[in-house]
Amino acid sequence: MGKTIAEKILSAHAGRGLRAGDIAVCRVDFCLGQDGTSSLIIDSFKKSGRRKVFDPRKFAMVIDHSAPSPNTGVSEIHKKMREFAEKTKSILYDVGCGVCHAVIPEMGHVTPGSLVLGADSHTCTYGALNALSSGVGSTDLAITLISGKNWFRVPESVKIEIKGRLKKGVYSKDMILKIIGVMGANGCTYKSIEFYGSAVRRLSMDARFTITNMAVEMGAKFGVMESDKKVEAFLAKAAASRRGIRPVKADADAHYGAEKTFDVSDLGPMIAMPHSVDNVAPVSAGRNIKISEAYIGTCTNGRLEDLKIAAGILKGRKVNKKVRCIVVPASADIFRESVGRGYIRTFIEAGCVVLSPGCGPCVGTHEGVLADGEAAVSSANRNFKGRMGNPKSFIYLASPATAAASAIKGKISDPRNYL
Amino acid sequence: MKKGTAHKLRPFDNVNTDYIISGRYKFRISSMKELAKYVFEDIAPNFYKKVKRGDYVVAGENFGCGSSREQAPWAIKEAGISAVLAKSFARIFFRNAFNIGLCLVECDTDGISDGDLIELDLDGEAVRDHTRGMKIKTMPVPALMRRLLRDGGVIRHFKKHGGFKI
Repeated sequence: MGKTIAEKILSAHAGRGLRAGDIAVCRVDFCLGQDGTSSLIIDSFKKSGRRKVFDPRKFAMVIDHSAPSPNTGVSEIHKKMREFAEKTKSILYDVGCGVCHAVIPEMGHVTPGSLVLGADSHTCTYGALNALSSGVGSTDLAITLISGKNWFRVPESVKIEIKGRLKKGVYSKDMILKIIGVMGANGCTYKSIEFYGSAVRRLSMDARFTITNMAVEMGAKFGVMESDKKVEAFLAKAAASRRGIRPVKADADAHYGAEKTFDVSDLGPMIAMPHSVDNVAPVSAGRNIKISEAYIGTCTNGRLEDLKIAAGILKGRKVNKKVRCIVVPASADIFRESVGRGYIRTFIEAGCVVLSPGCGPCVGTHEGVLADGEAAVSSANRNFKGRMGNPKSFIYLASPATAAASAIKGKISDPRNYL
Repeated sequence: MKKGTAHKLRPFDNVNTDYIISGRYKFRISSMKELAKYVFEDIAPNFYKKVKRGDYVVAGENFGCGSSREQAPWAIKEAGISAVLAKSFARIFFRNAFNIGLCLVECDTDGISDGDLIELDLDGEAVRDHTRGMKIKTMPVPALMRRLLRDGGVIRHFKKHGGFKI
């Protein structure tokens, strides 16, 4: 019997043939932490009594969750990260570089066939580059930092095929929200999802990252796609091109725990209603809901194409007076490019607040915490109660287009009315 | 393990890491003992004051879903909880818990009520509900996880064995 992508990549990193269910110690190609998890990584690393990281070129810390620092507690964490990076000669992406899941692929740290661990649950994002990548906790990451390895249980795989042509005003965010709504928040717990189909192949890399980013919202360990010319072009632009590309495909007779097909031809804009990501409905279900904040950004939807789509809707229009529309480019590169293309001018002229690259208000630590009873439309990946800093507020997840349209209207709105 | 009170959570399913310990606190408080005072605050106010050392948390499907924050199992452990019993666990939380030495056990938790006096028997693969006089079968805890618990977490496991010993 053939092997899935997860079985192949984990086998290659264990140095022996593995099947779903096996537990093995595997070599890890790259690992990372962010400012919400790195303090504990450093503590665990120090507790182990080690002084050297396994390979300082293969470990990066990204200051993105609370950046620039909003208080002294966070400032101390950032300082601790900078000092640790300097001492161990590890890579540090400081304030303003952007969200880890935009920065790490852009900087060429991920290639097809590689195995990546990050102390951040959305590390599964890199699956769009045909890599196996997954989120772990801080002590878990410290173990990799010490040894260059970690233990893995080889997951069973689920095959999701997405076919059909998206209509105008409908995006990859709507596709993945629809899928999560059907599969459920624990529909793929501990599984590796392989995404296939003509609808996936047609998507840009920016749009594909949105899909793999949210694999974890179904409980998945990995969300992975095949490599193609678009992946190669992305890698060529990143510094990774020189390293050579070794794409991994599943065998035709590989075993899948489940196979699902979605046709997105008739799909419309979707929203995830409070307080869970699988509480998905068509955008019309929210049409009378007033919003106080619209957030366009994050590791899900803060890439160049997302900002282009949002700017297209906001150009020549004004954000509703009762709405704070916050725009956060996902990385410094994306920020620079958006300035060059005039998107940032469009946002400012529409009355948006543009903040420095990073996680922005997504995690509720700064830059747009909601008041009691307020609702927000966000292009992020989580709408848990309290996620944006206030358990008495309400978060609706949507595409950047829906967020931009809602910012203009002051209520949750269908972006197709603004195209 | 010793007898303790069952604290059955509401919501029962999909208790995420934001509910376990809010992002508001994870950046502000670096002491895990201090952080434990706010455990489950958004879904069960005053939880910390109600628990006694050795008590159990009882939940449904997909416990610990959401972010990778290791503060979540730490807050539960430092609040004095001896084990979490749930129908299933989210994978990152599952790894984190055993890595820091917090015991998790999968079993059918429907029959346990809030406030029941219960007792986990890891070797016997069962939970005894003394209040109801019943015994619930649990899923076996894999050998690697039991070794991590015995060694007091993965860091101590590494110090003891110089690397993975599985």
